Amino acid sequence: MQSLDALTRQAVALANGAAATAEVSRQMQICNACRYCETFCAVFPAMTRRLEFGAGDAHYLANLCHNCGACLHACQYAPPHEFAVNVPRAMAQVRQETYTEYAWPRAFGALYRRNGVTVALATAAGLALFLVLALAMRGTLLHEPLAGNFYAVFPHSLMAWMFGAAFGWAVLALAIGGVRFWRGQSPGPVTPAAAGEATRHALALTYLDGGHGDGCNESDDRFTLLRRRFHHLTFYGFMLCFASTCVATLYHYALGLPAPYALTSLPVVLGTVGGLGLLAGPAGLLWLNMRRHPLQGDPRQRPMDRAFIVLLFATSLTGLALLALRDTGVMALLLAVHLGTVMALFLTLPYGKFAHAVYRVAALLKWAIERRQPNRLQLGAD
Amino acid sequence: MHDVLVIGGGNAALCAALTAREAGARVLLLEASPREWRGGNSQHTRNLRCMHDAPQDVLVDAYPEEEFWQDLLKVTGGNTDERLARLVIRASSTCRDWMRRHGVRFQPSLAGTLHLSRTNAFFMGGGKALVNAYYRSAENLGVDIRYDSPVDRLEIQDGRFVAACVGRERIEARACVLAAGGFESNREWLREAWGQNERGEWPADNFIIRGTRFNQGVLLKHMTAQGADIIGDPTQAHCVAIDARAPLYDGGIVTRVDAVSLGVMVNRDAVRFYDEGEDFWPKRYAIWGRLVALQPGQIGYCIIDSKAVGRFMPPVFPGVKAGTLPELARKLELDEATFMRTLNDYNAACRVGSFDHTVLDDCHTEGLTPPKTHWARPIDQAPFYGYALRPGVTFTYLGLKTDARARVHFGGEPSDNLFVAGEMMAGNVLGRGYTAGVGMSIGTAFGRIAGTQAARAALKEDAHAIA
Ligand SMILES: Cc1cc2nc3c(=O)[nH]c(=O)nc-3n(C[C@H](O)[C@H](O)[C@H](O)COP(=O)(O)OP(=O)(O)OC[C@H]3O[C@@H](n4cnc5c(N)ncnc54)[C@H](O)[C@@H]3O)c2cc1C
Ligand code: SF4
Ligand code: SF4
Repeated sequence: MQSLDALTRQAVALANGAAATAEVSRQMQICNACRYCETFCAVFPAMTRRLEFGAGDAHYLANLCHNCGACLHACQYAPPHEFAVNVPRAMAQVRQETYTEYAWPRAFGALYRRNGVTVALATAAGLALFLVLALAMRGTLLHEPLAGNFYAVFPHSLMAWMFGAAFGWAVLALAIGGVRFWRGQSPGPVTPAAAGEATRHALALTYLDGGHGDGCNESDDRFTLLRRRFHHLTFYGFMLCFASTCVATLYHYALGLPAPYALTSLPVVLGTVGGLGLLAGPAGLLWLNMRRHPLQGDPRQRPMDRAFIVLLFATSLTGLALLALRDTGVMALLLAVHLGTVMALFLTLPYGKFAHAVYRVAALLKWAIERRQPNRLQLGAD
Repeated sequence: MHDVLVIGGGNAALCAALTAREAGARVLLLEASPREWRGGNSQHTRNLRCMHDAPQDVLVDAYPEEEFWQDLLKVTGGNTDERLARLVIRASSTCRDWMRRHGVRFQPSLAGTLHLSRTNAFFMGGGKALVNAYYRSAENLGVDIRYDSPVDRLEIQDGRFVAACVGRERIEARACVLAAGGFESNREWLREAWGQNERGEWPADNFIIRGTRFNQGVLLKHMTAQGADIIGDPTQAHCVAIDARAPLYDGGIVTRVDAVSLGVMVNRDAVRFYDEGEDFWPKRYAIWGRLVALQPGQIGYCIIDSKAVGRFMPPVFPGVKAGTLPELARKLELDEATFMRTLNDYNAACRVGSFDHTVLDDCHTEGLTPPKTHWARPIDQAPFYGYALRPGVTFTYLGLKTDARARVHFGGEPSDNLFVAGEMMAGNVLGRGYTAGVGMSIGTAFGRIAGTQAARAALKEDAHAIA
């Protein structure tokens, strides 16, 4: 079973062009002889523990890379040099390979390459339309103000069931991907110290600070903390929205307090603050993404990156609009659109840019473990 | 018209441009290369040597002035100007804050592979990151920068700079700083300097240039012709043994092969020619370029076995690999019989004690010429690896004679508005030999002196003109 798994994975890797991992391996060979970028991020110290870079190493290092761009601008071998070293691009290409290869169900891996703004928006629009139609058929699309009573439009249990299932699916698919990735690596036992360190780095986005605290590179060799900040806004905004949903669920089931909630209630405050973060963050990330240096990252993945960013933005925008207009006659319409967007977000979560979070945390954890183990190489002797 | 014209685009030029601008001068910098290749050899550097009396930010322990000076005295064999050398040494202790202000970042001291965090401060991201930071800062401060602008001659009147010419364009300025590097990229000149050997070969034809292709020495030649005082010998250059597959230019740091002290070196005739275990590799690193340059065909082969793998910095190109020594000889196209005799003699002569690559250990050869005095272990564990090595020129030492104010001299007389910095005058301090990181220390110290002096010269003239 195990070997069959490995075989399938290899076949998939070949089909996807093992060229990307070979390229990472080639570039890491150059970096390993150079090491000037040693203190930018974790990729380089992790690299120095190896002499060769197989597919597993490439996947690991690629997911440790935060695509900050520092090592591109600092590289004496960057194009037009004949060595043509562009670590952030090579790593980005292998990351996509990781997502594709470890995806569950495997056949869905191909989605990573077709995922674009269009697909995401189409999904959202399709779902929204579906809901709108369903309501229109029931004649409840336009209605008298319902004082924010969503459940008059969609019964609570239906929503809980639908979104619970979609979210569960996303979590399951991502978890399986993460486990598949982890199985290909053998970093040693997870210690609390290592887990704590990995969590800290993930939550603080340590490696977007450039190693010197000035930040990372976007459109040129200048450093900026903007990406880190926008990323934080996005992530913590998302988490607040998620917390809002959790609290609301708790209110509903544990306290028997069904929505709508007052503007000053905990779920609404959490959702509003989170929603604002989830507007500003993705907007900023999209802006940066459009201006990124042409050599940085993998331009072919920009549609995927942007699709996810746009979906997040749309989720927040529709959510806030719903909140603002919940006492009006368009509430049901807005609710349908918002729910459609959220549904699209959940369904595409495991097959889009979000996957990077799972693999990156896994790679950070591996590095935290590995770093604590003795280095078998004795290069320092000379 | 600009006050100060800076010719060159590496570390020394940027330091000069920044200080001149800080002093209030309008500055124009002319870089020969296109933007993508800006920064000369400085883009390939890693660190600068710094004096310090106590642990200081990224530097551990202490590296006092006297020790730095003694190190310099040793490597140059006295071929140095003590006054200028001490000036560089002292400046190296205070320049880091200035560098930081212009965006240069240093690595925290690492327990890395180089035991240099006592003497050297490492640039985060290396020299290209440093060069980028300086260019950004220069742009922010309003220094005018022009790429693709190789200066081919200067107009000099009575020892005073008047104008510089880029092709047909003539650029005037009140003062000028020359910081256009050495002549190591000029293969014709290297050929001429190294001449023809007793075998009828032109050794320099087989040299590889480790750094930029833009240091053609045009201005060095031109200044010599204009009667500027010259220091140093054109055959003197920092020359290390690097992988023969390295690109002709800009191979940089990665093409070095650090395995020499772990194995044996043979020449094209498959015989050994020098003690590979003489001293630690960083100390001996720089002698192997010249040693290989003296061998037939200017090529040498570093031979190791698998015991050495994982004990030296990974080389950029994989070694030629073989299951047996005769097979390795065939793959390297060396005479098999001689190769086997060399290796068998070496293996038989090894007196293995306790191998320790971190100290001058007691593993040595007996009754072998040349001997291997440390780290001598038989080469007997398959697979075997061979690396072909060629001389790699880092930079040349010939330069313009100068003084503590970085002035160019003509017939012993200093110019009052023409200054020089960096590799173009490094020979005043480093007439011979090399110690890691001192090139950047010289360029930073003299770049800043030249910038200050040029601004002063230009602004004084300005004041005269107004009065
Ligand atoms: C691979 C390598 C590694 C090194 N590592 C270190 C290290 O770690 N630490 C250290 O201290 N030193 C190191 N050195 C040495 C160091 O590079 C030099 O000492 C230092 O860069 C000299 O600086 P510079 O500004 O004088 O010359 P450069 O940096 O070479 O700059 C010369 C500039 O002049 C320009 N130029 C040339 N001719 C003209 C012209 N006619 N008109 C206009 N512009 C012109 C060139 O394009 C270039 O930009 C290394 C050198 C190499 C090759
Ligand atoms: S990215 Fe370039 S400069 Fe950085 S370590 Fe790799 S080869 Fe060296
Ligand atoms: S792009 Fe940034 S995070 Fe990725 S390897 Fe380079 S320095 Fe590290």
